[in-house]
Amino acid sequence: MRRFLLEGLTRRPLTESPPAADDAMREELGRALVDVSRQKLGRSLAIRQVDAGSCNGCELEIHALSNPFYDLERFGLHFVASPRHADVLMVTGPVTRNMAEALRRTYDATPAPKFVVAVGDCAKDGGCFAGSYAVTGGVGSVVPVDLHIPGCPPDPTALLKGLLALLEEASARPGAT
Amino acid sequence: MTKLPKLAWTRPREFRAAPFPVSSVTRSGWSSIAKALGEGQVTLLSLWGEPKAVCMALHDAQAHRVAVARLVLSKGDFPSVGRHHAPAQRLERTAADLFGLTVDDAPDTRPWLDHGRWEMAHPLGTAAPHSDATPYRFLPVEGESLHQVPVGPVHAGIIEPGHFRFTAQGETVVRLEERLGYVHKGIDRLMLGATLDRGAQLAGRTSGDSTVAYAMAFAQAAEAALGTEVPPRAFWLRGVMAELERLANHLGDIGAICNDAAFAMMLAQTSVLREKVLRAAATAFGHRFMRDRIVPGGVTTDLNRDGEARIRVLIEEIGERFPLLVDLYDNTASLLDRTVATGRVGPELVKRFGAGGYVGRASSRDFDVRRDLRYSPYDMLNLEVPLREDGDVNARVWIRIREVEKSCALISQLLSLMPQGDILAPVHPAGSPVEGLGLVEGFRGDILVWLSLEADNSIRRCHMRDPSWFQWPLLEAAVEGNIIADFPLCNKSFNCSYSGHDL
Repeated sequence: MRRFLLEGLTRRPLTESPPAADDAMREELGRALVDVSRQKLGRSLAIRQVDAGSCNGCELEIHALSNPFYDLERFGLHFVASPRHADVLMVTGPVTRNMAEALRRTYDATPAPKFVVAVGDCAKDGGCFAGSYAVTGGVGSVVPVDLHIPGCPPDPTALLKGLLALLEEASARPGAT
Repeated sequence: MTKLPKLAWTRPREFRAAPFPVSSVTRSGWSSIAKALGEGQVTLLSLWGEPKAVCMALHDAQAHRVAVARLVLSKGDFPSVGRHHAPAQRLERTAADLFGLTVDDAPDTRPWLDHGRWEMAHPLGTAAPHSDATPYRFLPVEGESLHQVPVGPVHAGIIEPGHFRFTAQGETVVRLEERLGYVHKGIDRLMLGATLDRGAQLAGRTSGDSTVAYAMAFAQAAEAALGTEVPPRAFWLRGVMAELERLANHLGDIGAICNDAAFAMMLAQTSVLREKVLRAAATAFGHRFMRDRIVPGGVTTDLNRDGEARIRVLIEEIGERFPLLVDLYDNTASLLDRTVATGRVGPELVKRFGAGGYVGRASSRDFDVRRDLRYSPYDMLNLEVPLREDGDVNARVWIRIREVEKSCALISQLLSLMPQGDILAPVHPAGSPVEGLGLVEGFRGDILVWLSLEADNSIRRCHMRDPSWFQWPLLEAAVEGNIIADFPLCNKSFNCSYSGHDL
């Protein structure tokens, strides 16, 4: 283990390594996030993820936000275990009828001000599952949605872009903060 | 020993290239199969309903052959298989939920996927208006100083929804009962009448982490039913995609298991490798998860020189980096203290349930579809299947570690031997109704797809069975006698799919 710890001290962080265009954009996005969230949400934004029937693809990419390449926490964004600690609900899936009540209750348990981000194509309107007897047809049919991040699944960069857009919207809305 | 009825046993070479010969059985024949399953003569691959019939897929492990039995129902009821063979119970309950079939003499008559909230009851049979949701009856527990801990469907982490009902005595779990079905999207019904393209799209969205494996199993079933000649290069590209998917999932999960034992450093390290696999996949095939790349007839994306080079660099990098992580795992006593002897599943249970993947192979079940029911491109490759006997969390981690190494070796073989040529062949309708079977080794285990097509290639019935069907029940057994705090560790070491199971 010592080897890894020492390596961590001596090696350049992965987050700053190869400056491809993609990474530069991510860095830029990151800085903007810091500015807005400090101003409006006291340096941090707590996110609670709710899977309301996704195929698990979106979850995998949301997980990836925490890996050393994206390192979500450096922006003051972090995932929390309870809706009671959350500012943002990040909801995936077409919202199955079997999950609708759980989603509604999770929303009710989240303190205001709160924002809902629907993630993935099926979270918008049911996507390829629309019309099924078992889905309600999108997050918006169960709880109010502030932002939708499209993609099947959206990659981590798209997710990060979406969170930024949310912060801008939040700051423009009177009374939301 | 119960005598099995006459069945058309079929070897992989036959069922992978031609429509599947279904064996019609009588009620007594059906019951004999159920008893033979209970005696362990054959292994259950799946059980599914049809509007006026019920089917079972069986595997004869010694002879490497498969059979599908169909019992045509005149009154909508069939003799319970779960009565003799517990692994069939949840599948039977599902057939009852979806088709309104009655299971005679069933040991468990509670609904399974149907929570009473769908637009209708029996959506694939004679759809009926739904009565109000009735509370689910969990199994009764009796005894002194027992308490219950209900968990879910919304969990604390970024994971799929499901409900776990723990009954504990002090800290020790005496029973775990799972309740699933929360992510049921009604895929079986969406498949009805769909085109093959739409079917492939839905199959690839059944379990997001196995999108390649599902698309491949679906394509296999369609190609077998229609006798499609798939170009060799397409098979090899499918192999590369399937092994990249396996690598990404194993790498992510090895770290995540350690993270559930509070060893976050491993997750940080393996998630770097996982991200590199996904980026290489995006470069090579245009999508991080390689979704919608496999379709009936072949693949939609060819591998160019850049993509191939990127994958070779990736394999080299994993080859350098991964052994250090294996050392780290093997030399961290506090971590091994959590994983060794935790969540043990015995070989007899694994065999009885026919549990595939690392869950089976960590408990002596020597089965891998790639080797035992061969399909292209694995029939032309050198494949070793790692096996262990200890059956605990540690064993499942080691199976995954070994599979990472094997997948890297396979990808190198695939890249160096890949033939040139077309990647997609036209898929012609058969002109009459046909049926085909697809069986693929996903990272989690064997995925089965049964496909019935109409004369014009539209889908009459598509049944997909995730490996999790036979692994979820074993998680209940693995947790028994462990402390609740070790449940996340056990659960992650299984990493069963919710979406693949709930469909």
